[in-house]
Amino acid sequence: MADVNRGNRPLSPHLTIYRPQLTSMTSILTRITGNAMLIAALMIVWWFLAAASSEEYFNIANGFVTSWFGDLIMFFSVLGLWYHTLAGVRHLIWDNGIGLDIPTAEKMGWACIGGAVVLTILTALIV
Amino acid sequence: MAYLTDRKRAKGLGSAKSGTAHFWSMKVSAVALLILIPLFVFTFGPALGGTYEEIMAYYGRPGPAIIAALTLLVGFKHFNDGAQTMIEDYVHGTAQKLAIILLTCLSYGAAAVGVFAIARLAL
Repeated sequence: MADVNRGNRPLSPHLTIYRPQLTSMTSILTRITGNAMLIAALMIVWWFLAAASSEEYFNIANGFVTSWFGDLIMFFSVLGLWYHTLAGVRHLIWDNGIGLDIPTAEKMGWACIGGAVVLTILTALIV
Repeated sequence: MAYLTDRKRAKGLGSAKSGTAHFWSMKVSAVALLILIPLFVFTFGPALGGTYEEIMAYYGRPGPAIIAALTLLVGFKHFNDGAQTMIEDYVHGTAQKLAIILLTCLSYGAAAVGVFAIARLAL
């Protein structure tokens, strides 16, 4: 009888017992940034649709996207975008079985965080 | 006497049966985005903030338009693959199936709207 006590069994230790580690934090941040960028992506699609529709509609969408609130979303999305890009490169490196030891993984984690900040500042200066 | 190779005997015995297609799809789109994202950021970024006439002229050019269309297309495919993995991790049963269907509609829908709009601007 495999299902006598289904769903009411003790669980093995999970996320809650672990101290936050750089590797786990940079991992979940990759997922958070990847999914959060949906908001900016939908804003950009809306902006293109408005531009393709009429000048009045473009002014409405463009007004929102270039407002302080739109700017704020875009700024954090650029930060998330560069972080996710660098974290993606880290995954492409890992896929080859390289850099999986903890010291290297942590070094690359810091590189993702630092690199994302630097690239965001550069993007803000250039764009 | 076993004539089958070790690989042949092991093939198909795992619980998943398949699964590398999803991984490979993400990997291909990731590499494509590695090229497309910088191109998109540094074409769309400077254009943003321009007047209606400036945007019409800018996205009337093939370069920026093709970059934007490809970025949205590949980006939403990559998003769909990644978000599906997230749903599979946290949502189960019927809710999981519904969430994946809604996600797929959203990803392909948004990509289609974006590509249509850019094509209309460019042509």
